[in-house]
Amino acid sequence: MMMSAIESRRAMPVAAPSTSRLGGRLKRIALHGAVLLLCVVWFTPVLSLFVTTFRSESDSSLTGWWHAFVEWRPVLSNYVEAIYLAGVGRSVVNSIVLTIPTVLGTVLFSAIGAFALARMRFRGRIAVFLAMVGFQVLPPQLVLVPMLKFFLALGLTGTFIPVWIIEMGLTVPFGIFLLYGFFASIPSDLVEAARIDGASEPRIFFQIILPLSGAVLASLAILQFMIAWNHLLIPLIFLGSGSLSPLTVQVASLAQTNAGGLNTLTAATFISVVVPLVLIVSLQKYFVRGVLGGAVKG
Amino acid sequence: MANVNLRDIRKVYNHTQVIHGVNVDIDDGEFVVLVGPSGCGKSTLLRMIAGLEEISDGQIHIGSTIVNEMSPKDRDIAMVFQSYALYPHMTVAQNMGFSLQLRGGAKPEIRAQVEKAAKILNLEALLERYPRQLSGGQRQRVAMGRAIVRNPQVFLFDEPLSNLDAKLRVTMRGEIKALHQRLGSTMIYVTHDQVEAMTMADKIVVMRDGFLEQVGTPLSLYDRPANVFVAGFIGSPGMNLLSGRYAEGNVGIGDIALPVSERPSSASEGRQVIYGIRPEHLILSGDGGVPLVVEVVEPTGAETHVIGRVAGQRVIGVFRERITTRPGDFLSIACDPAKVHLFDPQSEHRIN
Repeated sequence: MMMSAIESRRAMPVAAPSTSRLGGRLKRIALHGAVLLLCVVWFTPVLSLFVTTFRSESDSSLTGWWHAFVEWRPVLSNYVEAIYLAGVGRSVVNSIVLTIPTVLGTVLFSAIGAFALARMRFRGRIAVFLAMVGFQVLPPQLVLVPMLKFFLALGLTGTFIPVWIIEMGLTVPFGIFLLYGFFASIPSDLVEAARIDGASEPRIFFQIILPLSGAVLASLAILQFMIAWNHLLIPLIFLGSGSLSPLTVQVASLAQTNAGGLNTLTAATFISVVVPLVLIVSLQKYFVRGVLGGAVKG
Repeated sequence: MANVNLRDIRKVYNHTQVIHGVNVDIDDGEFVVLVGPSGCGKSTLLRMIAGLEEISDGQIHIGSTIVNEMSPKDRDIAMVFQSYALYPHMTVAQNMGFSLQLRGGAKPEIRAQVEKAAKILNLEALLERYPRQLSGGQRQRVAMGRAIVRNPQVFLFDEPLSNLDAKLRVTMRGEIKALHQRLGSTMIYVTHDQVEAMTMADKIVVMRDGFLEQVGTPLSLYDRPANVFVAGFIGSPGMNLLSGRYAEGNVGIGDIALPVSERPSSASEGRQVIYGIRPEHLILSGDGGVPLVVEVVEPTGAETHVIGRVAGQRVIGVFRERITTRPGDFLSIACDPAKVHLFDPQSEHRIN
């Protein structure tokens, strides 16, 4: 009797985990299945685009893109055509020229604004902060006409300057909002210690606050890069579809005119997709860390 | 090194006065501890000395200079924060040398100063580490090193040991005290822990609700507390405070008469008093002593704490003897009449 009680007690812990382990495994399989399905749904268009860029016009007109896996005859002519003939090469350069200063400016101005709001005491601070939050709900289209008139009067349309300024202006309020939370969470002891050590406000900003905010600044930079890189309307309005047009405008006009054929268009589209794709995949850990930075104390 | 003088210091936040005209003179090279319960204004006072809080009224002198309008960096002070406030992205050496770098010191000179301070604090092996790679005690030492490197006139400490465990706190207490003896600088130290205050201070400033309650050497505060608050705050366990009535050289508590050697000033027969006696000044007596109804016995090894009641009022006694009495039993105790403190129940001021 005694023996059997001990035996059954011994047997119990073995039996219990085996059922829970089975349940756990099923749960994991279901989860992996769901994630896999999402990946397939998301990745199929990108894959089809990618494969099509290496197919000749004649192949594409006869068979679907998946035939490339049966009969793989890659050609580079679509890229060559897109880059040299359809002006995509030039527009990549334009996109970079448009995006990089926008990103740098957005990060710098957002950081300065957020620092002032989070770390300095001045009259009207709350009002400015609320206005910043308010600006985020304004649709960007609302400011385009007055801005166009403004920059026309200054004679700056047809240059990158208005695009830089407007792109920055549209994201800086959000940037301030994002960085404010992070800057406010930096312990005030650190800033006070720096003040006692003899640091001026700009030095505190550049030597204490900014180095501690790498992840959140990177996430703002990535976000703004994606926004600026993918914007169509603003560059179209201020730069037109001339020699300064960025990739988005160039691809749109290619799609409208269908100049160079469908496969050239896919190559151009893929080039426009690949830059943000590489960026976000390689920097995603900063993105997640930065966006969550203010929420959970590290 | 410099003396620090606070003259009628006041602080008002949004129409609420939190510091009510504090006057303190701190001599050159003195170790002064500001002590009091949370919210008594001790940290605010320290931050006003540092220049991190504006002064609503009064004057702060460091040396012969009035520093009211000076920014913190010009006051020639160094501060050690409770959170250590080490720059997380800088190594120990960079943390310690930051202030010198800001002053435009030459690199070899900064290095030499940092190494000198590191040697004092046993930090030489850690100079290239980052704060996250250090233990709490090491971080605390780096924070002190950062202060030492500046060679300031006054060191300010804002509850620097609160984040450490009990054992390390005792060790660091000794280290700070040794540092003071070695450097001979003026140090102002804020804590809510009266043991830290007693063990470290040359002079203790006791504060409550923004008022200064008493200033004096640790033993003078212990031996002659100026009021009921200081009597209860200084000493651990705190002083027993019993309400009674003075009559003919005794204080009557219930139907028990406790003798006092000193007649209270402005004493009239039959006046109400608060009778104070420290737990360690209670002694075990034979029969005929004051009966203490035992409630709790706490042996600490070196001594025994007995919590109980005398005439219904709570009393704690600390005895060198090992006591095995059980709760509910009576213990016969006596009070040394020369060690009795008497206070006025209305003003709570000392009256003997």
